[in-house]
Amino acid sequence: MGDTPPILRDDTKFASGKIAIFQYAAVALFLYLISGFWLLQVRDPEYYSEQADRNRIKSLPILAPRGKILDRDGRVVVDNHAAFTLILSRENLKESHLYPIAQGLDLDYERLQRRLASFRSRARYEPIIVKDELTPGELAFVEAHRDPDTFPEMELIPSFRRLYPDNGVGAHLIGYVGEISESELNLAEFARYNQGDVIGKAGLERQYNDILMGVDGQRRVVVDNRGRHREVIAMKPAVPGKSLQITLDLDLQVVAELAMENRKGAVVALDPRNGEVLALVSTPAYDPNKFAGRIRSDDWRLLLNNPDVPLLNRAIQAQLAPGSTIKPFIALAALETGAIDDSFRVYCNGGATFYGRYFKCHVRGGHGMVDLHKGITQSCDVFFYHVGNRTGIDAIARYAREAGFGSKTGIDLTSEAEGVVPSSEWKMRNFRQRWHAGETISVAIGQGALTVTPLQLAYAFGGLAMGGVWHRPHLVRDPNRQERPRFAQINPANAAKVVAGLYGVVNEGGTGVRAHLPGISVCGKTGTAQLASNELLRSSTLGQTLKDNAWFVGFAPCESPEIVVAALYESGEHGNVAAPIVRDVIKAYFDKKARQSQARMLAEARRAVPQVGPVRP
Amino acid sequence: MAKYRSLRDLGWSLIVITLVISAVGILQIYSATRGTVWEQAWWKQALWVAAGLLLMWIAASIDYHTLVGHAFVYYFVALAALVLVLVVGRTVSGAKRWLGFGPFYLQVSEFVKIVILLVVARYLTELRTERLEIRDLVRLVGLVGLPMALVMKQPDLGTALTYLPILAVGVFLAGLRWKHIVVILLALAVLLPVSWLILQDYQKTRLVSFLDPARDPLGSGYQTIQSKIAVGSGGMWGKGVARGSQTQLRFLPVPHTDFIFSAFAEEHGFVGVVVLLGLYFVLLMQIVQNAQTAPDRAGVYVSMGVGALLLFHVLVNIGMAVGRMPVTGIPLPLMSYGGSNVWSTFLMLGLVNNVRLRRFVS
Repeated sequence: MGDTPPILRDDTKFASGKIAIFQYAAVALFLYLISGFWLLQVRDPEYYSEQADRNRIKSLPILAPRGKILDRDGRVVVDNHAAFTLILSRENLKESHLYPIAQGLDLDYERLQRRLASFRSRARYEPIIVKDELTPGELAFVEAHRDPDTFPEMELIPSFRRLYPDNGVGAHLIGYVGEISESELNLAEFARYNQGDVIGKAGLERQYNDILMGVDGQRRVVVDNRGRHREVIAMKPAVPGKSLQITLDLDLQVVAELAMENRKGAVVALDPRNGEVLALVSTPAYDPNKFAGRIRSDDWRLLLNNPDVPLLNRAIQAQLAPGSTIKPFIALAALETGAIDDSFRVYCNGGATFYGRYFKCHVRGGHGMVDLHKGITQSCDVFFYHVGNRTGIDAIARYAREAGFGSKTGIDLTSEAEGVVPSSEWKMRNFRQRWHAGETISVAIGQGALTVTPLQLAYAFGGLAMGGVWHRPHLVRDPNRQERPRFAQINPANAAKVVAGLYGVVNEGGTGVRAHLPGISVCGKTGTAQLASNELLRSSTLGQTLKDNAWFVGFAPCESPEIVVAALYESGEHGNVAAPIVRDVIKAYFDKKARQSQARMLAEARRAVPQVGPVRP
Repeated sequence: MAKYRSLRDLGWSLIVITLVISAVGILQIYSATRGTVWEQAWWKQALWVAAGLLLMWIAASIDYHTLVGHAFVYYFVALAALVLVLVVGRTVSGAKRWLGFGPFYLQVSEFVKIVILLVVARYLTELRTERLEIRDLVRLVGLVGLPMALVMKQPDLGTALTYLPILAVGVFLAGLRWKHIVVILLALAVLLPVSWLILQDYQKTRLVSFLDPARDPLGSGYQTIQSKIAVGSGGMWGKGVARGSQTQLRFLPVPHTDFIFSAFAEEHGFVGVVVLLGLYFVLLMQIVQNAQTAPDRAGVYVSMGVGALLLFHVLVNIGMAVGRMPVTGIPLPLMSYGGSNVWSTFLMLGLVNNVRLRRFVS
């Protein structure tokens, strides 16, 4: 081979027909291609535009912060803190990614699967919130793995985590939040909420959920194939929840909580002049911060199984025998119905027999000659056996109900208990049995079937102290509602006699001297309630381990009460151990009042003094 | 021997169309790579097109008879180069396809196309019979099959397949006996299932996902689905230059190379597609016209080989954009970013011009 090529055939017409065939084939193939574009671009462009939008546009929720809860002085009780929440988009979710994601975020794999399953009925473009409040380590995990080659379904959004007071202060009245459950979705109360919403589950968080809860917004962002946000194309801002100011005084609440430290029971402080709740304590408490997230941790199960039932709000839910704290109301009923008069005396020698059964007084040797005043101050059981016996169960029940026992006080908290005020009609209705007069004897000293809540006791004493005016207890003032108090038809003279006895309890060597405060006239009543008044139960082994509950209810000043406090100290054995709890709260109230008036006087004095400065022409 | 007469004899309309398509390609590369690591690609492509013009001139100026005459020399050089690639080639994502020359990397298999073009033309022009005998067929298959096997070994099935249309159109033009056609079809029917066993796993998944892309939308079917979304959402008039969301947000894979036509279709719509496909069609018809006016068989085979190769590229690449062809990863000539393909395409178009310049001789 050189520059001259080998023999080449130079006839060219050999292939003209075949070249024409090639041309027709080319035309056909180009038409085939164009038809492909025709189908996609001319026949179905809407479908593919929608697909392209679905690719590029991501809808992300903007979570609305819940409203803060403030105490009566405007101090923040419940706040929010910024956090990051992980959401999973379901459009590109791969089943096989779930396990490593659960591992990386310390989530229970099966629970995560159940969670995804529970959202199956929702639109696919709606992402699922998987974990609240990521730790720095979890944030690092998400940031390192959300690229398209690993787990692109993960997305972080800013969120707000509820911040409750430390150590469970106010835990029961504040309540807590959590994600709405399947069963709650079916309740009328939660009809306007959707799956995935975080709602108040208990306490004020639940009662005032509509006020506190905001409305989540939405952000539509353009993302690229790596999930990076390029631009925001639409924004519906979140509407934050409204703040809620409550009547609670954080100072009193903390004092009451400290007084109840390591004790089981409850404290309720009310302003009897208007029904405002100043403090409401239930112990043992719990730390809602530990589980008030979207997904409940194991702490929740521990709480549920705790034998001390810390989730129970004893202040409004514990229904217990009031013991001697009921005696002022027995006395009032007796005076009002004329069962006794001022001259009524009983000799107490340590016990008395009624209807063939011997009833002991709490003082073994007896109190000697006892009148109404001494009966209350010394809490003489024998005196009240006679008073009760003369008054009769139905009159007692009528006045007990008048004082607010046996029905809900109507406080703005859910799950309040009613307690029991027994009567002949009550017994017939519930047991189909006639009332035995002997049962009245037990009820007269706050035992038997009679049960009350700590809130009811504070409420009842408040009304009594006010001379028969009961204001509904409440934690939030509704400015639009002018609720009138309930007036009882009580002779003020009779109420005054009972209150005088309550003064004696604290100030005249009665059972409640430990509630005495110098300079402040404190009235009150002790109560020692047996858990098992049944003889049979007392003789059993269980009965022996049960210790008596200690009660004290006090108010001050006696003549024009500003605060009434009821304390329950479960297994406290005697009412006088509950008295210092009430005293501490009342003292804190008046100390604070003194500080405030001092500050006010100082401020006024400053205003009164003329400004010293250069004399102007 | 043949001598070209003047510049006026060059196929100017062919050159103009070539440059128009190249310009559209550069614009599309620019649009598809803004803000990415490939941002520099458009002007590099422009440089390669400019260099391509020079290569085209060279390919047009050396008499194609000389080139066809030396075909076997080139053929052995090409085989040696392919072996060299397998030995010292640069490995990118598991495939050895490139040979380095200083800072440049050439995809040898692209240039082997031209050699195969010449060697097939050489073999067929030397035939003494009216039709191909069976031994001619075997030799031709062997001639083309050897470099194909070497390219498939890289592995690069897409480029290896592009050698087939050159062989096919040559055999078609030279003519076959009917009984041979039947034998070939039977052999293919047997070989196809066997080839399934030879295919690599990724090649199998590509084929399966071509047949049913929705089967695994985030996996192997992803490319086809995203390409169809890009094309379909372009609609009649397109979304505008640099406005295609599929392209700009990178949902469309490699929008400056294999899927450049999808990117173009998204941004310029059906109207743009018809115009651009029209340009390719006119280009193809120019090449075919050159074959019709060629002075001898060698010119016919060279021109038609180029035409068949171009048609194959257009069909497979653009068919892939609308989901009518499997994802093979072969570039779209004149548009896809990549120096080797630009140069081999310009060299081949230079050969077509070569034939055109010498059409009045004989």
